[in-house]
Order: sequence, then structure tokens, then C-alpha cells
Amino acid sequence: MSSPPVKPKRRLSLSSREAIWAYAFLLVPLAFFLFFRLWPALQSFRLSFFSWHVDPEMRNFVGLQYYREMWAEFVARGPIFQALRNMLFYFVLVVFGQVSLGLISALLLNSVTRFRSIFRAIYFAPYVTPAAAVAWVWGWMYSVNFGIFNKLLADWSDWVTGIGLPWLAIDPQPFLTSPTQALVAVSVVVIWQQLGFQVVIFLAGLQGIPKQFHEAAAIDGANGWHRFWKVTFPLLNPVLVFSLIISTIATLQLFDQVVNINFTDQGGPLGSTLTIALYMYQQAFEKFRIGYAAAVTVLLFAIIMLVTLVQLRLTQREVEY
Amino acid sequence: MVGIRRFSPGKLFAYLALAVGSVVMAFPFVWMLLSSFKSLREIFRFSFWPQAWTLANYQEVLLNTQFPRWFMNSLIVAGISTVSVLFFCSLVGYTLTKLRFPGKNFVFLLILSTLMIPTEMLVIPWYVMSTEYGWVNTFWGIAFPGLIPAFGVFLMRQFFQSLPRDLFDAGRVDGVSEFGLYWRVGLPLVGPGLAALAIFNFVGNWNAFLWPLIVAKSPSMRTIPVGVALFSGEAGTAWNLIMASAALAVIPVLIVFFIFQRQIIEGVVLTGVKG
Repeated sequence: MSSPPVKPKRRLSLSSREAIWAYAFLLVPLAFFLFFRLWPALQSFRLSFFSWHVDPEMRNFVGLQYYREMWAEFVARGPIFQALRNMLFYFVLVVFGQVSLGLISALLLNSVTRFRSIFRAIYFAPYVTPAAAVAWVWGWMYSVNFGIFNKLLADWSDWVTGIGLPWLAIDPQPFLTSPTQALVAVSVVVIWQQLGFQVVIFLAGLQGIPKQFHEAAAIDGANGWHRFWKVTFPLLNPVLVFSLIISTIATLQLFDQVVNINFTDQGGPLGSTLTIALYMYQQAFEKFRIGYAAAVTVLLFAIIMLVTLVQLRLTQREVEY
Repeated sequence: MVGIRRFSPGKLFAYLALAVGSVVMAFPFVWMLLSSFKSLREIFRFSFWPQAWTLANYQEVLLNTQFPRWFMNSLIVAGISTVSVLFFCSLVGYTLTKLRFPGKNFVFLLILSTLMIPTEMLVIPWYVMSTEYGWVNTFWGIAFPGLIPAFGVFLMRQFFQSLPRDLFDAGRVDGVSEFGLYWRVGLPLVGPGLAALAIFNFVGNWNAFLWPLIVAKSPSMRTIPVGVALFSGEAGTAWNLIMASAALAVIPVLIVFFIFQRQIIEGVVLTGVKG
């Protein structure tokens, strides 16, 4: 800016030329984010306050009616109550399963030198496969009469009975057909599919911890157990928080697996595997209760906002090496 | 800790545990493949290995459903979106790191804020939009929501951030156009980032389910996951056919994964731990 205008011909300064190019480059992307992200999000809020009609002119303002309906349904322990309760169960099972198994697997992987990348690839492979397709595979394995799990249980029971320990026998299980087991069965699928992601993140975190810390602790006489809890675990904190957030958001948005693992009774039996996303889908695209479904997505948005705020609070506590 | 002992019981345990873990992780794929080679009769008679290997299930799925069409649809959608994603995400990533302009932080925050909006909240307005503009049952309709993903912008921003600004100032002095600075100076230096983004985006599109399920109404416009899901829903207990169709959906993406394994995993680490 301070340089004298050597060329009077050029009407724009270098910096405003650069700015104009920047805006030109951002024109299409910004239009995209405004038109396909922000505007639809606001539209969802709007739709949740209007009765639905294909013709926008015929949509009437109904105020908080859908939110009141949602509340009434929640109090009456209807589907929205089930979906929220299930969300909590999924959250506890999936997050606990993924983080603990992911951490254990990463520690094991970090302790071996050979075959590490092969093991890592095998753990990660389910993460890249279509959830809709693998849910069918698991549905087949969970099949009550012909599934491999009940076959294994039957073989096991025959074997223990054969060697005179019949009290070790286990009856065939109902899995997806039981309201008490179905959610756990679906959670296992989700954990299986996303575990590799957690392993990779944890492994990178473990490799980011400077070796001297472990060596110093070892010289001070700390055993493996102490080294883990006093050195590894605290230094892994940022990675742990990240992995918690990722698995939490993933459980809040569960859809593909739940729809496909029990295709004839989606979210069943008796709503025991129903999720918010599936409930939204059913309301909007099967029952065409667009306004109500929009209100459900606003609720989901609020929950995700809350989780994100908690995340920001947690990650602001920086860990210094 | 230090590599004096080459072999220890602890290590043996680690290898054993990892081997068992790998078997558990891989088993659903193995069982899917084995079941897909069995006849319906064998499916209901327990045997681990198929007694008479048959390709009839694959024949049935490939010839009597629109599976080849769904495969093409998935490729077309993934192709369209990958071209767009590579171009626009890198362009935005470049602009946000290498150009000076007022409002840069605002633009960045705007894009960042869209990450908080769950897809579930967007699909209803997208569908309303699609019916109004006639996008239902079109490739554009399936592809448009994913043309510029915010995560891709962040990935490319990471890569461009590591390049020195002097490089671009030097180019400017040499008379390279502003677009040329991005296209001929910047892009060739972020090759690994583009590769990671392309693979991520391909896999993400290949697996996408919720939106294609909503917008691809006609059977001939379905993508692979939607096609497989609805076909399986109709197949009832013909698990041999369901497993063959699942295998046809899973295997291409597994092949892509094992070829580009390193880039994919490094990309996850980069966006995850450092992002």
C-alpha cells in the first residue's frame, strides 16, 4: 500500500486485485453452502411451524403445534420417547464399546512390529464398506433358526453336554427378534463397523507420545500398568475426546444399520431399536407428516449442538507435552 | 521397552490377541462370501464350506435384477461428485490460505458452521426442493448435496497451509495469473491431499444411503446400497441371493480400500488428529 503508484494505468491496487480474485473463486462454493446447507437448515425450522402442503401458498402457520404433539408423545412414552431412550442406550453401548476396544486394540498394535499394517487394514476394512449391505450380512448371522451364532451356540452346548458339563450349555438366543436383545445386537454391528476408525486414531495418538516419557518412567521404576495410567492415558486425552465426539455424533445419527438389519420391522421389535433419524424418515417419507418430521430434526439439531458445545468445553483444556 | 529381548510372552500374547481380533473383524465378510456360493438348500443346512460351490446366486442377481444399472448409477454419481469435490474443495482451501481478502474469517466460520447441521435436518428441504425443480430420479438430484463437502474444504486447507506463501508471491511477480497460481503452482503440490480426498469421497458416495433412498424413487435410478437394500427386502429368506448382492456391493469398495489403504488411513489420521 505504501509503494508509490508507479503505473498509473493500473486502477486497482495489488491487494484489491487479490481480493476480487478471492471472491470470484469463492462465488460458486459460497452459493452452494448458502443454498444447499444454510437455507435448507432454516427451511427445516420454518417447516416445523407450518402445516404441510405441496403448494407453499397453502401451508398454514400452526405455531408450536408439532412441538406440543412431540411433547405429548414423549410423555405418553410413544415412539419419540423410545427413540430418545434408545439413543441413550446406543450412546452408552457403542461409545463404551468403541473407545475401550479401540484403545485396547491400538495398544496391542503399538506393541507389535511385524504385520502391523496388515492387522490395521483388517480392523479398518469394515469402516469403508456400505453399512446398508453389511447390516444384511449381520442380519443373516443373527437369524434365529438358521444363523451362524445360534448354530455355534448349539454346537457348543452339544459339546459341553458330551463331556459331562451340561450346565455350561447355552440356549439359542432370539437376538433381533427380542425387544431386549435387538438394540445390543445392532450396537455390536455399529461397534464392529466403526472400530477400525477408532483404532487408527488411537494408534496415531500413541505414536505421537514422545518415547522419552516412557523411558523416563521406566527408569523411575514404573511398571507397565503405571506407565499406562500415569503417562499414556493422560497424554492421550485429546485423542480420547476426539474419538468420544466422533462416536457420539455417529450414534446420534444411526440410520443405515437399523433400517437394514430388520427390514420388515424397521426400528423394531416394538420400537426397541428405533432411532431419531429413522423416526424422522418414517414420519416424513412414509406418513408424509412433513411439519412434524421437521420438528423432530430440529430436536436432533439441538441435541447435536449441545454435544458440540460440550466438546468445545472439553477440548479447550489443552494438553501440553 | 527397549529391543533387547527379541521375544517375550507379552509380545506373543499381543500377536495372539490381534490374530483373534482380526478373525472376528473379517468373519462377517468371510461368511457373506461363503453363503453367497451356496444353494438355497445348503443355506438352510448347516455347513461351513459350501458343499457344491455355485455361481447361480450371482447370476440371478446380475441378470434378473437391475444390479448392473445400479452399479453404473453409483459410478456416475461418485464420478460427478468426485470431479466437483476435487476442484471446488481445493479452490476454497487455496483461497482461504493463500489469498488475502477482507472477510476471510467470516467465510471460514460460515463453512465451519455448516458442519454442525445434521444431514437429517437437510433431507426434507432437499426433497421439497427436488420435487419443485424436477430433480427427483436424476443423477443431479442424487449428487447435488455432496458436491462441496465442508470436510473436504478443511482437508485441502490443511494441505495448502503447509505450502509457503512466498512461492505464490514469486509466481505473481513472474506474471502467473491468479487462477494459474492455484491451478499450475498450488494443485501439483497437494497431490497426496487430492488423492486422499478423491478416495474418501468415492467411498462416501458409494456407501451413501439415506439421501439416495429418498430421491432415487424409480428402480432404474437406485444406487448400489439402495438397490441392494430394497432387493434384499423383497428376497425374503433367500439369504444366498441377499449375500450375493451384499458381496457385489462390498467387494468393489474393499478392493479400492486395499489398493489405497495407506492414503485412506493417513487421510483419517490427518483429518482426525490434526484437524
